[in-house]
Amino acid sequence: METFYQAMRRQGVTRRSFLKFCSLTATSLGLGSAFVPRIAYALETKPRVPVIWLHGLECTCCTESFIRSAHPLAKDAILSLISLDYDDTIMAAAGHQAEAILDDLIKNHKGNYIVAVEGNPPLNEDGMFCFPGGEPFVEKLKRVSADAKALIAWGSCASWGCVQAAKPNPTRATPVHQVILDKPVIKVPGCPPIPEVMAAVITYMVTFDKIPELDRQGRPKMFYGQRIHDKCYRRPHFDAGQFVESWDDDGARKGYCLYKMGCKGPTTYNACSTVRWNDGVSFPIQSGHGCIGCSEEGFWDKGSFYDRVTSIPQFGVEANADKIGFTVAGTAGAAIAAHAAVSAIKSTMLKKQDLQPLDAAAPAQNKDKNEENV
Amino acid sequence: MKSYGFDGNAPQGLGRKVTSVYVYEAPVRLWHWVTVLCIITLSITGYLIGKPLPSVPGEATFNFVMGYIRFAHFTAGYILAIGLIGRLYWALVGNHHAREIILVPVWDKGWWKEFFFEVRWYLFIERYPKKYIGHNPVGQIAMATFLWVAVFMCFSGFALYGEGLGTKSWAYQAFGWVISAFGGNSLTVHNWHRLGMWSIILFVMIHVYAAIREDIMSKQSMVSTMISGFRMFKD
Repeated sequence: METFYQAMRRQGVTRRSFLKFCSLTATSLGLGSAFVPRIAYALETKPRVPVIWLHGLECTCCTESFIRSAHPLAKDAILSLISLDYDDTIMAAAGHQAEAILDDLIKNHKGNYIVAVEGNPPLNEDGMFCFPGGEPFVEKLKRVSADAKALIAWGSCASWGCVQAAKPNPTRATPVHQVILDKPVIKVPGCPPIPEVMAAVITYMVTFDKIPELDRQGRPKMFYGQRIHDKCYRRPHFDAGQFVESWDDDGARKGYCLYKMGCKGPTTYNACSTVRWNDGVSFPIQSGHGCIGCSEEGFWDKGSFYDRVTSIPQFGVEANADKIGFTVAGTAGAAIAAHAAVSAIKSTMLKKQDLQPLDAAAPAQNKDKNEENV
Repeated sequence: MKSYGFDGNAPQGLGRKVTSVYVYEAPVRLWHWVTVLCIITLSITGYLIGKPLPSVPGEATFNFVMGYIRFAHFTAGYILAIGLIGRLYWALVGNHHAREIILVPVWDKGWWKEFFFEVRWYLFIERYPKKYIGHNPVGQIAMATFLWVAVFMCFSGFALYGEGLGTKSWAYQAFGWVISAFGGNSLTVHNWHRLGMWSIILFVMIHVYAAIREDIMSKQSMVSTMISGFRMFKD
């Protein structure tokens, strides 16, 4: 079987470029220089692992991101390799030809291929809301995944559900890990994920033939181990207490922290603030807009992108923790004041009533006695 | 049937006798006031972490406003958590009043009878209050609820703190699962942590009011009991 190196050479990649790719990959994976020859050796000798790229309910932004991977060789090599296998969006074949390739892949590489899923299966109406190649996507996903080695969930759609799963989720779009329960699912969330992150994750898996180290939620630790906030270049302004108070104010011009403008950097695990986008040119915060937390679970349903204390839909429209808190505390304060007033009245009345009988009781008793005497 | 309070209702006229019972041992009192200071610090700094103060001028190098606020919050959080552990320990080794707010006898019919008596007392239906050496049943429920909220605040707080410390930190290792339990987006945990703050503020308002009111209306000491440890019955 063809190795990666052979496939790359066939695509016109020089050995020099190949070694550059290996060192870039080692760096982006956070591995030392000693790993460069190991990656090269693995790519030269191991038969390449087939990758099947499936498209469910999605917008193809993951693919758009992936084909813009800034390390040119990552794009050329990996994309070429994948297009040789199956990716109905960018492969040369179409229609029955394409589906025939998919059937062949499943048969010939049973238990040995990786399924990369972009988008997710909608489950309502027996999956009829997504119907590629004449079968519901949920069935296609289950059929292809049955003999897979592992699954990669590309983007927030496959990882969490994203916009199509936002309330009220009419198609019941469901993330991949809730449908495929018997295979490891590696989540690479983001809307879209960073191209270099996608390329590196897939390279790691086909190079080392194992799953990268995952965090509690199934994301590769090497790219999702830290929050945007932790490596944000505006972090010193956060610690200093210097914030953008409104758009285009002095703070915005000085590049202050966007925390008050609702930046979700403190709750978002992704590599944007380190890897950045478009060949490391920029990322949202650098462009002056807060992070919207697109790689986090249910980010569409967590209130405004522009509030720090976000609204809680369960408590009504536009209610956030502070509004609820002030309302409850205010009501309680009024209730306490009213209760205290009634208590004071009661005390006064009791004092009058209790003290009177003590004085009045004596004559009353005497009166009774008098009557008895009579 | 075991009785929890005693009937201190009818006024006994002149020649009132002041009796006192030692209720709250020193560690309980210390815990109470340390927790008070922690709650004040945590609420103010916590509010300001969600809604920060206006920006400070000057270079970021020479300012650390948000840093100090967060430091105060985390330190007070540690103290609150250590205090809670200490308080739970004291519930095991202290006198039986130390257990009242942790083990609420909800299985006891007599306790419920007195609970509803207290509810009626607070609704002005009962003419005279009962007297309790320790907590009355409504107070017991309120305190137990506060303890659970405080425990939740520690769990959610350390989970969020662990995010800042990093995934290898003890806090993330021990409490990071809380974030997963809330669905995975720590924004949700932030929201619940803030609602927890407001529920504690609500508790404090009612707690302080009820204590002062009982001190006056039930003719038994409440506020000074948490200072001296002795409950005094004034008639």
